[in-house]
Amino acid sequence: MTDVNGGPPPGFGRRLRKEDQRFIRGQGLYVDDVRLPGMLHGAVLRSPHPHARILSVDTLAAEAHPKVRAVITGETLASLNLAWMPTLSGDTQAVLATDKVRFQGQEVAFVVAEDRYSARDALELIVVDYEPLPPVVDARRALDAGAPLIRDDQPGRTTNHIFDWEAGDARATEAVFRDAEVTVAQDMLYPRVHPAPLETCGAVADFDRVTGKLTIWETTQAPHAHRTLYAMVSGVPEHKIRVISPDIGGGFGNKVPIYPGYLCAIAGSMITSKPVKWMEDRSENLMSGSFARDFHMRGELAGSRDGRIRAVRVTVLADHGAFNGTAQPSKFPAGFFSVFTGSYDLEAAYCQVTGVYTNKAPGGVAYSCSFRVTEAVYLVERMVDLLALELGLDPAELRLRNLLRPEQFPYTCQTGWVYDSGDYPRTLRLAMELAGYAELRREQEAERANGSLMGIGVSFFTEAVGAGPRKHMDILGLGMADGVELRMHPTGTAVLRISVQTQGQGHETTFAQIVAEELGISPDDVEVVHGDTDQTPFGLGTYGSRSTPVSGAATAIAARKLREHARLIAAAMMEVDVADLDWERGRWFVRGDPDQGRTITEIALAAHSSLELPEGVEGHLDASCVYNPPNLTYPCGAYICVVDVDPGTGKVSVRRFVAVDDCGVRINPMIVEGQVHGGLADGIGMALMEVIAFDDDGNCLGGSFMDYLLPTSLECPSWELGETVTPSPHHPIGAKGVGESATVGSPPAVVNAVIDALRPYGVRHADMPLTPAQVWRAIQGRPFRTDLAIG
Amino acid sequence: MTIRVAVTVNGTEYTRDVEPRLLLIHFIRDELGLTGSHWGCDTSNCGSCVMWLDARPVKSCTVLAAMADGRAVRTVEGLEQDGRLDPVQQGFIECHGLQCGFCTSGMLMTARWLLDHHPDPDEAEIREVISGQVCRCTGYENIVRSVRWAADFERSGRPDRGGGEPA
Repeated sequence: MTDVNGGPPPGFGRRLRKEDQRFIRGQGLYVDDVRLPGMLHGAVLRSPHPHARILSVDTLAAEAHPKVRAVITGETLASLNLAWMPTLSGDTQAVLATDKVRFQGQEVAFVVAEDRYSARDALELIVVDYEPLPPVVDARRALDAGAPLIRDDQPGRTTNHIFDWEAGDARATEAVFRDAEVTVAQDMLYPRVHPAPLETCGAVADFDRVTGKLTIWETTQAPHAHRTLYAMVSGVPEHKIRVISPDIGGGFGNKVPIYPGYLCAIAGSMITSKPVKWMEDRSENLMSGSFARDFHMRGELAGSRDGRIRAVRVTVLADHGAFNGTAQPSKFPAGFFSVFTGSYDLEAAYCQVTGVYTNKAPGGVAYSCSFRVTEAVYLVERMVDLLALELGLDPAELRLRNLLRPEQFPYTCQTGWVYDSGDYPRTLRLAMELAGYAELRREQEAERANGSLMGIGVSFFTEAVGAGPRKHMDILGLGMADGVELRMHPTGTAVLRISVQTQGQGHETTFAQIVAEELGISPDDVEVVHGDTDQTPFGLGTYGSRSTPVSGAATAIAARKLREHARLIAAAMMEVDVADLDWERGRWFVRGDPDQGRTITEIALAAHSSLELPEGVEGHLDASCVYNPPNLTYPCGAYICVVDVDPGTGKVSVRRFVAVDDCGVRINPMIVEGQVHGGLADGIGMALMEVIAFDDDGNCLGGSFMDYLLPTSLECPSWELGETVTPSPHHPIGAKGVGESATVGSPPAVVNAVIDALRPYGVRHADMPLTPAQVWRAIQGRPFRTDLAIG
Repeated sequence: MTIRVAVTVNGTEYTRDVEPRLLLIHFIRDELGLTGSHWGCDTSNCGSCVMWLDARPVKSCTVLAAMADGRAVRTVEGLEQDGRLDPVQQGFIECHGLQCGFCTSGMLMTARWLLDHHPDPDEAEIREVISGQVCRCTGYENIVRSVRWAADFERSGRPDRGGGEPA
């Protein structure tokens, strides 16, 4: 059997994607493409106020609309005990508000009508009497005495404080800082941004009153976790719930949480006994769906005059919005932020994080952030540049002096993470070589002499991805392990069922390649089934770059188990001892007699035949695995960005971007590179364009693509990629996650480049996004806060 | 109140009585069931809904169905002819020009228009023509390569290739 490219079955390597065949024909099946007989349409009424008491909700006129089938309010849900739901961080969140609204865009009522437009018409017929309350807009004022109390639904609560959390050794860090030759400090904001997948969130809920079965098509990255939560919340037993996550139009973490709209669609279907579709529009997605970041950070670095980075210390104020709905392992309220020790060999490190409520949408962990490694990398990479400035050292040179050396792995960092592998100096040197770093610096010198503002930014990141080990990592008590089931059919083709959920990552191709590599069959002969809880084993889904680290490992192990079972059958077929058989790609053969062997395809048929099998050997060829990772995987990378800044307008143009990534063994390099490309564009967007800001009255100022600016083909340069490969020592195929690497690593490279360009003006720092206005203000010596609508 | 709309979509004529306010994207998707074009932003920014109206790409989220009366629409479903993929479709496969697939139909329709009018575009021209559309997955690099692949394919007149490296 040959593959489509004409060669032998390739296993790993560049390979065109299976899923493309339907997408390029317009034959994908996204949630909004689902049409069921008798299906009704839902729409959500949202609060115009960021903070207000609800005095009354009058739905009479809406109910009288000829095409309206049901109007659901918080009171309706309260009577079903569904007005509140648990969040992924163990908080509660209003499904439909009963007492107060707590952010602009919060869900207040749900209309079910015969068509999309009528449902929206009816929203305007609902009269809500609000008593506006003063909002908390600025996280830095949330803990002020006398600040309005947002969560008065929680008995005994008197402040907007959510949690304090720390990592590292405060005393040891203080000791290093006390005798350090040089220290630098900087306040910086990683502003609130939004993943903004092109497909918004939505669901089609279909409750069958006769069978008691609830089927819900849903834009989710975690179908199994959602099913479990629905069972806990709705009272429908888990085996009677089927979550189908069909084709997903991008997720980036936006589609991990459970949104009130999903539950409203379910309630709507239960009340009307019809399927109910709910699709949010773009404004709803941007204003109420899971945002990302909103970390107010103060970083400090201690070093020596000869260019040694000795310690790092961080304090963080984390704005979690009105409900603590961050999607992250429950023991990590600040996610994996404590990898802010970065890629350097430090003597000490310490961070302290405080989370607060504000009158903003809930969320915080999204947008390819690897559970807040994004914020950590941004902080440490900005601080290293500030130290380089202070010491008068080249920022690449300072990094080279301090990067972990290959022989130090596995390396336990000062906050306890065990980095598995990497060759950091080689990775950075390769990036410098590809960029022509020394030449760029010479060019910059010449340009500066001419008054041009050219900037060169370097960043080096270490990611921690592939949660979890389940002992340490769970979401709402569900351990972060994932299952696969692999079955070979009698004719030698196979089906692999996985719990992780592609949103464009190409699982149907990549996972087939893993099976192909292990069994020696063509990837074309492996069907990958995903996105349906009735058809796939349990697992926590795809986010935090965990698919390949967790389910990729599970797939390889299951295939190896299947191979071992095939060995027993091959021995029976050839009437030889099992111990005498050796494996080569695609067949078991007799050691010392390679002509005597059986291919996996022959074995598959025999497994299902009348062949007499040894005692205890079952006639099948399948295997399963639930993979509980022993550690995270730690991909790394070195990025170099070159920008030009127009001193008259403050406009930044990205001239070049060089990215060298090490994600261990690459299953499909084409897909890996595509993932990196996308993340680099994210970095340009976040560094230069994207922000969800609020005005003093709590109005969201990023509620459409007119205001929330995304990078286009014109803002993005042609990416220049390179790679190093240090396999993960604990992953069965040596792979590491890569889906978020570039989103994590690229923003500091862009910001460092812009600040570098502005050096003639003495600019040390300016917060993202570095819009023309912000850069121009930085040139004037007064950069502003980008999270508030003040200048 | 409804209004009668007669529109030819991918060569087939459809007549429907619709609300005057109905958007073209919802007409195509919900009334005709052609779900290859997508609804992404409502504000003409993302381009997920791009289709042709009388041989020109439009953002159908800001076109009324009524405006298409008596006119011809071409969507992604109309690209494949007699079981043969359009070269822009093949190009997107060959060069990994898509990931989640949501922006793809709009990108394909714009790319087809570009090559019909400018058969040999350079990178800057390709970037310019797709700059009104957003892709959140690819960082645009491979979309540009995909369009270039299709241009090369059409200019060289080579038969279908089985796969392999982008030209």
